[in-house]
Amino acid sequence: MTLEPADRVDAVPPSGIRRFFELAEEMDDIISLGVGEPDFSAPWAAREAAITSLERGQTSYTANKGKRELRTRISRFEDGAHGLSYDPDDEMLVTAGASEGLDLAFRALLNPGDTLAVAQPCYVSYVPGATFAGVDVVDVPTRAEDEFKLTREVLEASGAAEADALVYCYPNNPTGATMTGDELRDVAAFCREHDLAVFADEIYADLTYEHEHTSIATLPGMRERTVVFNGFSKAFAMTGFRLGYAMGPEEAITAMNRVHQYTMLSAPTTAQHAAIEALDNCLDEVSEMTAQYDRRRNYVLSRFDEMGLECFPAAGAFYAFPECPWDDADEFAEALLQEEKVAVVPGSAFGEGGDGHLRISYATGLDELKTAMNRIESFVS
Amino acid sequence: MSSRREILDLLGENARYTTEDLAHMTDFTESEVEEIVAEFEDAGVITGYQAVVNWDALDTDGERVRATVELNVALDRETNYGDIADRIAKFPEVTSLRLVSGDYDFDLTVEGDSMREVSHFISDKVAPIPEITQTVTHYIMESYKEQGMEFDDHDDDDRLSISP
Repeated sequence: MTLEPADRVDAVPPSGIRRFFELAEEMDDIISLGVGEPDFSAPWAAREAAITSLERGQTSYTANKGKRELRTRISRFEDGAHGLSYDPDDEMLVTAGASEGLDLAFRALLNPGDTLAVAQPCYVSYVPGATFAGVDVVDVPTRAEDEFKLTREVLEASGAAEADALVYCYPNNPTGATMTGDELRDVAAFCREHDLAVFADEIYADLTYEHEHTSIATLPGMRERTVVFNGFSKAFAMTGFRLGYAMGPEEAITAMNRVHQYTMLSAPTTAQHAAIEALDNCLDEVSEMTAQYDRRRNYVLSRFDEMGLECFPAAGAFYAFPECPWDDADEFAEALLQEEKVAVVPGSAFGEGGDGHLRISYATGLDELKTAMNRIESFVS
Repeated sequence: MSSRREILDLLGENARYTTEDLAHMTDFTESEVEEIVAEFEDAGVITGYQAVVNWDALDTDGERVRATVELNVALDRETNYGDIADRIAKFPEVTSLRLVSGDYDFDLTVEGDSMREVSHFISDKVAPIPEITQTVTHYIMESYKEQGMEFDDHDDDDRLSISP
């Protein structure tokens, strides 16, 4: 026995953003629009609650599912903010980031050889996560002409009808696309007709700018087949705390918790204390951060419009996804980095359907954003 | 839809945003932004634009001495708070003046080139005003936050340059 990677690990290529990361790290004074996390620090009250919990010596494990005080607050918050009603005792699991939740769902709710339809472009972990779980993947590329929304047409065309489950993320990373309740209705009908489970990554649910977020689990006949994933990373700017949660029918959560209790035991305790405070006292700061993102979004979209870069009006998360003016987006991104010191990520790094586009993260202060836009403008003109 | 109030919020955050920046960030056109700002200025809603200065970070040459002063006053039939405030606010040394609740009446901030100058100003100009019964002066030793801006908040961007 040697310490060679297992076949299913070997089958997963290194992340497509790795090369850009290495290039960018070698350079000084770059402005990065390639960051997938907020530029704000976590709200001070949440940080302070974490410090206080440490001072009090609250450093032991918590219940596997997470502290009950946290789960009851999440339950109340989700009910008020997204109309989702889940029992904090049986239908909710606090995880180390939404990413852990998704990994648990792939492993606990799918069998090796099952098929997972993955709406793309998407966050980089879905396909590898499925592969690690021995699950086969059906790529479901969304289309620029649909503004990267998931439609019945692309689900049918990709063969998702044969899949056992569907995973998607709206508001979307990397496109910034959102879906309204009406648009989700078609997806829901498709999933019911073809008996697909749904893993709905709603980590950006509170970062929408043109319409309220709708969770697919609120649509008729969907609650029983859906697990919803959310967390504190994006809207609360708490990425480094590693705290997310999954909500779903009791049977699904119990299965996920079985994997969780033997692997993670419990989500980070300090982070759970911070999250309790975040839900109690930091919602105003979330609103303020959201307002800031919206201004930057308007700024970036206006500038793209002026410089003639085609970009649909992305209405969520903190990404815009303009068409790349060159045929090869990878080459463009590399040249932009070398010549103008602006880092962006080519859409191809996020799977099928992203090619020919660029992910622009506007989680960056306005002054830097302005400089970056000026540089992009001079680069493309 | 953007509101006129949003222009105030944005200028409050950074008064150096250009008309073009403001138009890009909101649903207003540049000429609408200009009009809104002009209206706020005319109506006395926007009364000025100033930099937030951390004087402590400046070389000692330019250092300013600042003090907050608690003032107690005695009113009579002919004199109200507004009358006294008018007299005090006129001095250029006074950078802010507020009527407050609690143990004293006015809270003013005074600025000068030296402690001596500030002390003389309080004893020669403010204290002799007939209605003023007491002054308590607190020299500012260090400032950590002004107008919502924390000085040296150690909040550097330590994110990875590219992340998924």
